[in-house]
Amino acid sequence: MLITCPYCGPRDVIEFTYQGDGNRERPDPASQNFEAWNAYVYDRLNPAGDHNEIWQHSGGCRAHLRVVRNTLTHEISSVAFVRGDHASAARRKAEDKA
Amino acid sequence: MAERQSPLEPEFHVGSHGNFEHGVEILLTETRPGSIVQLAAWPGEEKKLIAAIRTVTGLALPDGAGGGSSDGVKSVFGFAPGKFTVADEAEGLAAAFAKAVTPAIGTVTDLSHGRTAIRIAGPKAEWVLAKFFAIDFALPAFPVGAGRSTAHHDVFAQIQRTGADQFDIYVFRSFARSFWKALCHASEEVGYEVQ
Ligand SMILES: [Zn+2]
Repeated sequence: MLITCPYCGPRDVIEFTYQGDGNRERPDPASQNFEAWNAYVYDRLNPAGDHNEIWQHSGGCRAHLRVVRNTLTHEISSVAFVRGDHASAARRKAEDKA
Repeated sequence: MAERQSPLEPEFHVGSHGNFEHGVEILLTETRPGSIVQLAAWPGEEKKLIAAIRTVTGLALPDGAGGGSSDGVKSVFGFAPGKFTVADEAEGLAAAFAKAVTPAIGTVTDLSHGRTAIRIAGPKAEWVLAKFFAIDFALPAFPVGAGRSTAHHDVFAQIQRTGADQFDIYVFRSFARSFWKALCHASEEVGYEVQ
């Protein structure tokens, strides 16, 4: 499985660390809403198909990435920086195949 | 400044090794830069950091991810969004950057004693490195001056291409001897010379 890091280009999955379900929304740290916390910690969509995930390019640029991966085929349909302000750092077009 | 000792020393054997009867196709050496510095820009401050790099080193960074350049004495390359590695033959680079990179622009981390720089050169350099790292070393994909962040068996490595058939590899100092030995073994079959 290859993940195309927006900064580094296509890299083997061994360079990446899975950081969990990308659909979760963390409650306000001060929140006492136990149902919201329970949902954040335990509730998962577990789809058979496209899944929003967070991966870190831990063996490369170390950026956190939003990845859409098909859980049936491992096909990756989109990769983007979690941090929006990193978008300008994406690999220039001439090096797309690097 | 304290005299720096090479972590490679017990395994650093100058001369030709391996299968070199038909010629040496790999040159290995330690470049021993006086300074290795890591710079990081706060969000939105990247352009100011790149300007500071130009002021301190005289090196202009080409556009784009992993872009870099080297004048043979000083080298710079991007290794992550808004982050750069700079090396200089001379000591004192961190102090110079501490003045140019204000706390509002970003951070300066002196890694001069934390990294070891190994140079691999020669017609088989791409070929030997391809045994270590699953990245494209071909010149069009990895231009001269550019940098790449990758890992070899969990040993993090930053690689800068400093010539058509020359690469400088920055590895953790504590892993450098092990990495160096592996690099020597991998070069044996094409014949290598340690300089
Ligand atoms: Zn990356």
